[in-house]
Amino acid sequence: MTQAAISPKELSVQAATRLRPIERTIEFGLLLAAIFSVFITAGIVYVLFSEAVPFFRHPDVSVWKFLTDTEWTPLFSVKHFGIMPLVVGTLWTTVIALLVAMPVGTIIAIWLSEFANAKVREIIKPVLELLSAVPTVVYGYFAITVVAPAMQPVYTWLAEAINSVLATVAPGASPIATELPLFNMLSAGIVMGIMIVPYVSSLSEDAMRSVPMLLREGSYGMGANRLTTAVRVVFPAALSGIAASYILAISRAVGETMIVAIAAGQQPNLTANPAEGGATITAYIVQVSMGDLPHGSLEYQTIFAAGITLFFMTLAFNLMGAWLRKRYRQAY
Amino acid sequence: MPDTQIDTRPLKAEVKNFSFFYGSFQAVKNVSAPFREKAVTAIIGPSGCGKTTLLRCFNRMHDLYPGNRYAGEMILHSRSPDGSVRPLNIVHPSTSPIEMRMRISMVFQKPNPFPKSIFENVAYGLRLRGVGSRSELSGRVETALRGAALWDEVKDRLPQNAYGLSGGQQQRLCIARALAVEPEMVLFDEPTSALDPIATSKIEELIDDLRERVTILIVTHNMQQAARVSDYTAFMYLGELVEYDRTAKVFQNPGKPLTEQYISGRFG
Ligand SMILES: Nc1ncnc2c1ncn2[C@@H]1O[C@H](COP(=O)(O)OP(=O)(O)OP(=O)(O)O)[C@@H](O)[C@H]1O
Ligand SMILES: [Mg+2]
Repeated sequence: MTQAAISPKELSVQAATRLRPIERTIEFGLLLAAIFSVFITAGIVYVLFSEAVPFFRHPDVSVWKFLTDTEWTPLFSVKHFGIMPLVVGTLWTTVIALLVAMPVGTIIAIWLSEFANAKVREIIKPVLELLSAVPTVVYGYFAITVVAPAMQPVYTWLAEAINSVLATVAPGASPIATELPLFNMLSAGIVMGIMIVPYVSSLSEDAMRSVPMLLREGSYGMGANRLTTAVRVVFPAALSGIAASYILAISRAVGETMIVAIAAGQQPNLTANPAEGGATITAYIVQVSMGDLPHGSLEYQTIFAAGITLFFMTLAFNLMGAWLRKRYRQAY
Repeated sequence: MPDTQIDTRPLKAEVKNFSFFYGSFQAVKNVSAPFREKAVTAIIGPSGCGKTTLLRCFNRMHDLYPGNRYAGEMILHSRSPDGSVRPLNIVHPSTSPIEMRMRISMVFQKPNPFPKSIFENVAYGLRLRGVGSRSELSGRVETALRGAALWDEVKDRLPQNAYGLSGGQQQRLCIARALAVEPEMVLFDEPTSALDPIATSKIEELIDDLRERVTILIVTHNMQQAARVSDYTAFMYLGELVEYDRTAKVFQNPGKPLTEQYISGRFG
């Protein structure tokens, strides 16, 4: 009777005490891993800043000029250090990629989650995910060999239409080019968008599928059909997860290097027309890194200044993402 | 104590030799029962006896999942705007599930408001039925919220998200959502099982008020609740309808020993 007198509660307390040392070790290991990742991040930030600070201290450079100069020509004899052409190139390709990836990815996610049966979904999902497994070099060549030529007639038609409108509205204005250059930000952005589709569709689909059936039944119970239920109930219920997928897509687009380096041309170009060639921050960094500039030279340090700009851009998007997630978190 | 009163209310719905199958498992077995218009009918019985299953046949909820099958007849005596009554077999393959859900609303066991504002939750069914004008929507949303005894608590926060309401308020919001479309019947599946006693009594009062306007079917595990709110009681056991009668009769003088045992708490 002595053993049996121990209540289940006491037993569980004993078990917990016995497990303590092991738990401690595990906890310590996890702490180490966390600290390690913090150190890595801190190290990267430190390297970025330590190389960028001498750049901004250089007599030919100033933060003001860095932000306002409209040209970026550090490798030419007449040097300009205005980051804006690279920022604009990055933004254009990102925006175009998102214009492709967000609607396409979301529609695919809605279809997979709410319409496709389990069998079809099991086939489509891995095939889609293969899209993001294709090496980006391949995408880059796809952009210049398929997308840019295919866009040519569409662009010519569009440009002529714009020009005829321009001619009537503002007769003095110079017409825009009706030829789409082979290397242009538009086709690079479109191809990048295709690459990003699975990021959006996969995460958004997970978010929508984790919406409880009870919520869908509520909607069907009111007489709604599938499409209405998907768009008016499931979509808003999954919005925080869907927003997270968009943020990931932005980060992915801002950071993408190879596609833009190959397909957008590598001429920094401050332009309002995405059909022109351009360069992104990442494309510039890879261009310089592959050259043979001496370590420590001003030209070499430009890549750290560009890197810091990219760092702040990504940081801003991530903060925005965290805010969005908080704002739309649902308590279903 | 024979029941001498004659119920003059017309029939609203009827199930005749009705069965339901989850794949090969028969969850409702050859049930027949009449449901009077503007009466509250309680469905009671031990867990797993098929109460929810039977209830969800009325709005064809089982159509959402593959492999389910109805057999027999489930008739709704549907009233047209001109006043004529037309029998409609709810579970007939040619009957549209969406039409049945438009006519018969449901309130679920757990409150399930949509991730929308309080106003839009109640307006949801109205918008589905093509009501677009802001003034008509506002009027009908207010009527529904008053009908669900929620108006005074939410009238100043209609644009706020429904998830900010308490559990009991959320359940009344779901009732308002169900009422807003002026359904012919409302199905309640244990609507108070997730609520505290005060919220529960509010909802019971509400059901009591509703009986004048709409036909109600309510599944409950709570004997007192069944006795308090219903006119008729159906006792189910293992998928079969054991007893169906006036609530007073079922509780005071049950016709079957099994019913008596269940009501007196000897099993279930
Ligand atoms: N989706 C399903 N597939 C197969 N069998 C099911 C399914 N849902 C319920 N059942 C079975 O059908 C029977 C009736 O279930 P139902 O949910 O209608 O019971 P209930 O009377 O509502 O019980 P409770 O009081 O616990 O809610 C049970 O035996 C249950 O296991
Ligand atoms: Mg049930």
